[in-house]
Amino acid sequence: MAPTIAQKRWMYRHMLISRRFEEAIERIYFEGKTPAFNMANGPIPGEMHLSNGQEPCAVGVCAHLDAGDVVTSTHRPHHVAVAKGVDLKRMAAEIFGKAAGLSGGRGGHMHIFDPAVNFSCSGIIAQGMGPAVGAALSRKLQGKPGVAVAFLGEGAVNQGAFHETLNLAALWQLPVVFVVEDNAWGISVSKRQSTAVPRNDVRAAAYGMPGTYVPGNDPLAVFAAAGEAIERARGGAGPTLIEIETYRLAGHFMGDAEGYRPAGEKDALFARDPIPALRRRLIEDGSLDEAEADAIEAAAQATVDEAIAFARAADYPAPETALERVFA
Amino acid sequence: MTEQTGRNERRLTIARAMAEAVAQEMRIDPRVFLMGEDIATLGGVFGNTRGLVEEFGPERVRDTPISETAFIGAAVGAAADGMRPVVELMFVDFFGVCMDAIYNLMAKNIYFSGGGIKVPMVLMTSTGGGYSDAGQHSQCLYATFAHLPGMKVVAPSNAYDAKGLMTAALRDDSPVVYMFHKGLQGMGWLGTEPGATVDVPETSYTLPFGQAAVVREGRDVTIVGLAMGVHNALKAADDLARRGVSAEVIDLRTLVPLDRDTIRRSVAKTGRLIVVDEDYHSFGVSGEIIASVVEHDLRGLKAPPQRVAYPDVPIPFSRPMEQFCLPNPAKIVQAFDRMAQA
Ligand SMILES: Cc1ncc(C[n+]2csc(CCOP(=O)(O)OP(=O)(O)O)c2C)c(N)n1
Ligand SMILES: [Mg+2]
Repeated sequence: MAPTIAQKRWMYRHMLISRRFEEAIERIYFEGKTPAFNMANGPIPGEMHLSNGQEPCAVGVCAHLDAGDVVTSTHRPHHVAVAKGVDLKRMAAEIFGKAAGLSGGRGGHMHIFDPAVNFSCSGIIAQGMGPAVGAALSRKLQGKPGVAVAFLGEGAVNQGAFHETLNLAALWQLPVVFVVEDNAWGISVSKRQSTAVPRNDVRAAAYGMPGTYVPGNDPLAVFAAAGEAIERARGGAGPTLIEIETYRLAGHFMGDAEGYRPAGEKDALFARDPIPALRRRLIEDGSLDEAEADAIEAAAQATVDEAIAFARAADYPAPETALERVFA
Repeated sequence: MTEQTGRNERRLTIARAMAEAVAQEMRIDPRVFLMGEDIATLGGVFGNTRGLVEEFGPERVRDTPISETAFIGAAVGAAADGMRPVVELMFVDFFGVCMDAIYNLMAKNIYFSGGGIKVPMVLMTSTGGGYSDAGQHSQCLYATFAHLPGMKVVAPSNAYDAKGLMTAALRDDSPVVYMFHKGLQGMGWLGTEPGATVDVPETSYTLPFGQAAVVREGRDVTIVGLAMGVHNALKAADDLARRGVSAEVIDLRTLVPLDRDTIRRSVAKTGRLIVVDEDYHSFGVSGEIIASVVEHDLRGLKAPPQRVAYPDVPIPFSRPMEQFCLPNPAKIVQAFDRMAQA
């Protein structure tokens, strides 16, 4: 399955929006945190998990989805949220803890909920998977169209929820796709240190569903694999497990000294940054010319600037509103 | 103590005190080993296993997959089989994925075996918020663990206690849940309560479970807390002292067993009780402490007991909301004022 020119441009634009967004977050995150790094300080306090480098996973999958499809993501959600069409201004405001944020500041960066596009995420490893399976079940029971996609890290496949949800999804032939973003690390523990299975797509066989492996952090290859899986799901043929080789260009969270990485690993990863690589390819295959690529880039930056400005200018919630919204 | 022994003062963070206690025990007891996420190469996200893999190697200090049910359940089995495992649940909030191993196995196997087996294991876990990490990474959940029979529960407020309680936990034949507050760890990136970093003797020592500490003596009101709550209580006591009110501060140190006698003795003297708890308000530590006093003797009370606890809401991310919810010294002083009006 090959993307159209419009889809390729869409993928490039959304990879750029995600990257520029995170570059802005990264810059602002350090405000108020120097010289002494204290996570509690600055306009964006708390943990911050950046996804830069992993954009191909998000756009290659979400290019096949519309707002009605359901996506669950993880503690590292920004790239997926951007690709799923989450309101960027209100997501930025949420990350700043502002009243205009998606959840009025209650959730923050690890708990992004945008019901308008059926996006949610959770900070507990592998726990986004059950809700994705449940959304798929609900679509089946209601006879409603749409598929669900659960994103997870390669570290999450060693969690009980992974095995239970895959089994259930296959048993009930649900319209769900499981997307493992294999960035080789779960905090400081490498994939090799955490499982004797080198490639997690083979685990699909244990549950009676197809598994696919996508090497090379390549958005076009992700597009192809995800397209097939989502088509199967939409057609009622049941779930698929996809593992994507990707890279985490940042630390696990901001402030991570990354002492566990082998020397030179980061440099090698930056040399394979998927965003300039996609730009080159799209220009080579005639999908874009230099001027169009520049224009997409400028537009992405403008979108991000607008979202960040909105978030900065927004008001903090009234403190006592913390007590509201516990129940429906 | 420093002056009496003539020894140089050695100020340690709780993180270092915990690691030192474990290392000292590992040197003399080959049955002690560790399992957890990011505890080896990284030395623990909160620094409390730093240096251990370098000294004891990856066989005894094991980085695990993100598989809490597997490695905590495995610790229960290893403990019954003659080892003395130490496991880390990185944030207490993650207990949801592995609670069966904790409360149905770890906590019940001694009892269900009629005392036929021992479960000498320590489950270390971080608690607490205040740094905008929201409700899946900031809870305390002290009462959740203390409520379920079969687990000893400790929560140090300073490095001296942290070391002694850890050594005692390692030598205990029953499971111990060792809850350390992130804001007391001495990790700069979380901000740190300076009062938690104190002088710690180099030699190994134990602190008995079930002995609360009167960390400040007073006459007019008893303020009971644990972990971060103790520091809030001490600051409130300073504020009250400036107004001529003499507050006694009790550090519970262990919830199971709970030293009810020390609390009752203190309240019998002061006639007023405030409980400070960063765990949720309802069905929790504060209610238990107050009940322990009033079910024993109502007559000594000069005013209804007060609690300064976390409201019954999930912990919000946004700083103004989170700070609004957290206990603090001003809220403790206000609680005293409410009692004074009573
Ligand atoms: C059940 C549970 N255990 C541990 C953690 C702490 N934790 C947060 S992220 C992380 C690593 C996750 O690795 P992976 O799934 O590969 O995702 P990545 O961070 O690489 O995106 C861990 C262990 C958690 N959030 N939930
Ligand atoms: Mg990973």
